[in-house]
Amino acid sequence: MQKLLLLGDEAIAQAAIDGGISGVYAYPGTPSTEIMEYVQASKTAKENNIRALWSANEKTAMESALGMSYAGKRAMVCMKHVGLNVAADAFVNAAITGANGGLVIIAADDPSMHSSQNEQDSRFYGKFALIPILEPSNQQEAYDMTRYAFELSERMRIPVLLRITTRLAHSRTGVECSNPEKQNDLKLPDNLRQFVLLPAIARKQYRELLGKQAQMEAASAESGYNRIIEGSDKNLGIIACGLSYNYLLENYTNGKLEHPVLKIGQYPLPLDLVNELYESCEEILVLEDGYPVIEELLRGMLNKGKTIKGRLDGTLPRDGELNPVIVGYALGKKHLQGSAVPDLVKNRPPKLCDGCAHNDAFLALNEALAPYGRGRVFSDIGCYTLSALEPLEAINSCVDMGASITMAIGAADAGLVPAVAAIGDSTFTHSGMTGLLDAVNNNSPITVIILDNSTTGMTGGQTSSAFGKIDNIVRGLGVAEEHIKVLKPLRKYHDENVAVIKEELKYQGVSVIIPRRECIQTLNRRMRQKAKAKTMNI
Amino acid sequence: MKKDIILAGVGGQGILSIAACIGLAALEESLYLKQAEVHGMSQRGGAVQSNLRLSSDPIASDLIPTGKADLIIAVEPMESLRYLPMLDPNGWIITSINPFINIPDYPEMEDLMKEIWKLPRYITLDANSMAKDCGSIKAANMVVLGAATPFLGLEQSSIESAVKNLFKNKGDEIVELNLKAVQAGRDHALKQM
Repeated sequence: MQKLLLLGDEAIAQAAIDGGISGVYAYPGTPSTEIMEYVQASKTAKENNIRALWSANEKTAMESALGMSYAGKRAMVCMKHVGLNVAADAFVNAAITGANGGLVIIAADDPSMHSSQNEQDSRFYGKFALIPILEPSNQQEAYDMTRYAFELSERMRIPVLLRITTRLAHSRTGVECSNPEKQNDLKLPDNLRQFVLLPAIARKQYRELLGKQAQMEAASAESGYNRIIEGSDKNLGIIACGLSYNYLLENYTNGKLEHPVLKIGQYPLPLDLVNELYESCEEILVLEDGYPVIEELLRGMLNKGKTIKGRLDGTLPRDGELNPVIVGYALGKKHLQGSAVPDLVKNRPPKLCDGCAHNDAFLALNEALAPYGRGRVFSDIGCYTLSALEPLEAINSCVDMGASITMAIGAADAGLVPAVAAIGDSTFTHSGMTGLLDAVNNNSPITVIILDNSTTGMTGGQTSSAFGKIDNIVRGLGVAEEHIKVLKPLRKYHDENVAVIKEELKYQGVSVIIPRRECIQTLNRRMRQKAKAKTMNI
Repeated sequence: MKKDIILAGVGGQGILSIAACIGLAALEESLYLKQAEVHGMSQRGGAVQSNLRLSSDPIASDLIPTGKADLIIAVEPMESLRYLPMLDPNGWIITSINPFINIPDYPEMEDLMKEIWKLPRYITLDANSMAKDCGSIKAANMVVLGAATPFLGLEQSSIESAVKNLFKNKGDEIVELNLKAVQAGRDHALKQM
């Protein structure tokens, strides 16, 4: 079979295409973005009419995928870990409704917070929803498990969660693909009340889900994704989840493991295998690239059994991503260190691009706010979050998608007037609109700056759901026409822009200011494509 | 055969093109390959690196253990020093000496060069000028790639066919320019070794 050089994200996307999906739903978020991008760029996906458009947020994506599953077709929904918080209502209830067509949820976790606000472990969500979880250790498994996930979902009629981490999502290697499947035909659920979660039906459905737990565990024992690899030194037994297995293997040059290892790739945990390892070894080391999920269960609250080593007893760091060296230390191995980094090497943090519109917008905002003093700007998630750092130091919060407007409401209620919210266009349609409605209904004295660069910038310039719609949305939510101001964030208009912002800061109600200028990255990309098209015509 | 390589630079400088060329060449020689990239937030003018591993045997970890990198290939001199803890005591550094200054406390060039000259094994090159001589400063990353080729353990013909592959959509002229840039870097390194 053909071998492709693929990122972990791309391996999942290719598997979904080969697995006969009819649609993929997602909101961009590092490290999950490339899954949708791969499907969008795929010729096969286009030929097969696979639906692949960005959704307004992860919740709408999850619900749309559930609808496709209802109609009997295979659907995939992709998000970063914190996106699963947004989708959680639909996600947890989808376990109660169950699936009709195969339904697979991809959650890409980000231990070490390379590009995130926390390092929550999506395996908790899978357990919470009582559904099977798959956790690949490499790109090939990412492909194979995605194919298997659809099959498992249809066989057990439940959604399946596939959990990856940044390192796998963004690492490339050769992947072997298997025979493609056809898409399902449209087929309604056998029981037309399956998806009606009225209490009486939900109770029945929930008991059905509970009843499937034993089957799920049996699947974990039979799939081959959980297995014991023999080792002669039984003073220690190792449980290695997902990617951590590679880091373990890296510590043995000949690929021969010293200790017995239980390699975990599927949950709920196969208890017989866990018991087999536990009983045959003196101590257990648990390797998890994320939270100590299994470690905590094995220790129990009182920790009175065998010695369990891992993130909780300090054998491994409590936070951050694992790597071969950290795992090596846990095994008592010594590692080389190259020479130290010379002192003259300075940090080079990410920053706003040269020519970025956000820079001009924040320079104007900073000047307009100067008379009131610092500490009044609630912001959000996107490139503009970088304005918290020097030299702008323009914002004072970044919590979750949409929190800028609603935090400004609360702060204004507490007496911080004026309070300012700064939010991007894509973030606004993701989760800012409802907050703005609250502000209008409260008549909150806040100034909302919607930084419209007409794209989803931080994740690489994906289509923004807000494109061309912001002014009408703001009007429709009830913001007074005379307090909706569109600015051109350019150095040459700085003084006028400052004057407009100053005026609105004085207003004792909701104002919306929209600095609108295209992202410099997407603009440059468009210009390059235009130039290329021109030369090709000649 | 095993080569563990750290690619270093600043977001937007094109280290992923270098990685792609080496990756394609390794595939042509049927080697195993793993390449961990940095996407997302750090790409905005921040320090970026990629772990590239080539081997005739299967590769376990996507990340290179500290002290095990055979090569650091950098398109920026300060960035070449950031990953020294990763470098094997017998490893080489191949770096451009053209600074990318986007921070206020960037060190003095003279001090920076002194640090590089302290290292036991290095190749330094003025990649920008060399690329300009070849026809475009945009090929500076290919000059750096060229300077790394004597250390990669790959056939030069595989590298050249990878460059052709990577740039073929941009026309013959661009392919030729980049091949010339790779050769210029290679010649320079062979002289300095």
